[in-house]
Amino acid sequence: MSNVLIVVEAQPDGSLRKATLNALTAGAQIAAKTGGELHAVVLAKDAGPLANVVKEYGVKVVHAGSGAHLAQFTADAVAPAVAELAVAIKASYVGVAATQAGRDVMPRIAARLKAAMASEILSVVGSSAADLQFTRPMWAGAVIATVKLSTPIVCFSARTTEFPQAQKAGSGEVRAFTPAAPAKALQKVVSFKEVKSARPALTEARVVVSGGRGTKGDFKPIEGLADELGAAVGASRAVCDAGWQPNDLQVGQTGKVVAPQLYIAAGISGAIQHIAGMKGSKTIVAINKDGEAPIFQVADYGLVGDLFKALPELQAAVKAAK
Amino acid sequence: MPIKILVTAKRVEDYESKIKVNAQGTGIVQEGLKYKINPFDEIGVEEALRLVAKHGGGEVVVVSIGTKDVHEQLRHALAMGATKAIWVNHTGPLDQMTVAGCLQKLIEKEKPHLAILGKQSIDDDQNQVGQYLAEWLGWSQATFASKEESLESEAEKTKQPALKLAADLSTITVVREVDGGLETVECTMPCVVTTDLRLNQPRYASLPGIMKAKSKPIEEHTPASLGVDGASKIAVTKMELPPARKAGIKVPDVAALVDKLKTEAKAL
Repeated sequence: MSNVLIVVEAQPDGSLRKATLNALTAGAQIAAKTGGELHAVVLAKDAGPLANVVKEYGVKVVHAGSGAHLAQFTADAVAPAVAELAVAIKASYVGVAATQAGRDVMPRIAARLKAAMASEILSVVGSSAADLQFTRPMWAGAVIATVKLSTPIVCFSARTTEFPQAQKAGSGEVRAFTPAAPAKALQKVVSFKEVKSARPALTEARVVVSGGRGTKGDFKPIEGLADELGAAVGASRAVCDAGWQPNDLQVGQTGKVVAPQLYIAAGISGAIQHIAGMKGSKTIVAINKDGEAPIFQVADYGLVGDLFKALPELQAAVKAAK
Repeated sequence: MPIKILVTAKRVEDYESKIKVNAQGTGIVQEGLKYKINPFDEIGVEEALRLVAKHGGGEVVVVSIGTKDVHEQLRHALAMGATKAIWVNHTGPLDQMTVAGCLQKLIEKEKPHLAILGKQSIDDDQNQVGQYLAEWLGWSQATFASKEESLESEAEKTKQPALKLAADLSTITVVREVDGGLETVECTMPCVVTTDLRLNQPRYASLPGIMKAKSKPIEEHTPASLGVDGASKIAVTKMELPPARKAGIKVPDVAALVDKLKTEAKAL
């Protein structure tokens, strides 16, 4: 039996981080191919409420691990709890959404299980446990590799843009357990400087308007258009490096990977690391003064021109059409 | 108090390289590629040098795993100012467990206070080794280390370390890039830190640094001599290019763009 265990992530307010639903779909695909059961684990000070939410999403069992030492989702607290559970329920696959928290904790869980791990998986290939493989990006997505992992337990993180969110499907069982607290916490979160925004979250928005070096740091036209469209604001690496916008807005290989219905890139030249973070978008618009900019190679619609002129015009046109 | 820090210098393709898959789909075309130190590792070397400077001296030990070609990356780190270089001689595929295993054994020998690694290498893009290493050593981990000040700030220009070590080296305070903002964590020492993009801007090696680096000895090991299994548990069975996007068009003006978005893409 090849059971699958997905680690659930909560948002700072304790509610479900939606990315978990994408990971549950990856888990369900593996379970279907290998004939195993899909399990999930919630770890929190009081895991019960969130476990009751997760049980609705096609999961056989949600394990609710509660404890004061789990109040913060730190790798050294989470790893032993997940690893012990994985062994207890005979999980052959342990996965998480490839969020920052998922990327932080899953390799530590894998280390504890002496398991190899595939990061940012894009798809599950094969039809049984014997031939199960994953595809994953390498070289900033310039190459898609198919990989086979040969440890008894296999760990993975799933790229959220590549798996749809799990839908509600019946009600699974919630099983409470009490993970042992480590002798000493190795890490504590002292503070969190949140990027507050009334706009939709970058990774969940239907439309994203991103600005690059061409903005020279002036994001007013970007934000104006974004607000007219109800869109999220994104940025290129150069913009975040210069401190013009918070790092949390960076779209790209090492920032957020997004796949909205519409992505508008303004003043972004289109380095491969940026393109890696947005090329899954349904429709891509590029606006750039340099007609030779690489961004035009991935754009469905390219406009060679000054963003300071084009974006306000576009904003006015969107407004007029409402 | 002088501190000892272990850092890494993986040899990777230059990030501006155009990566192509070979005709058999078994690997990438090596011809014409330039190789550099993994940019995240270089940030780690820089941060280690800044910490040592701030804390009244110490040692920075740099490790690289691979064929003799990695000497180039070790010399690069030595030229930046690292004090000692270790080469783990290995040919062929290498997974993250072998890398973390070798680093664990070297750390048990070298006994540094701290290890600073790149959060990922820009070839495999796995983002795993630091976390495996921390678990196997029983150390704390602080991944995706960053800072609140920008790379244009005064603190950056004066090469201040962003990682904050307690004077008695009992704790380290790290600003991390997490979803939704920046998180500050306090970790017990010893600790494995992995670097994100905006921790610092690495220095250029000075000419005297480059000259000095040429004559520094490089200590040699192998996974076997360290007692580590060198067989990869991850087999790449196929490599291919990502699906290409359908070629787009240029539009002459905003009105044409709006029209296309409405009627063709139905995105507005």
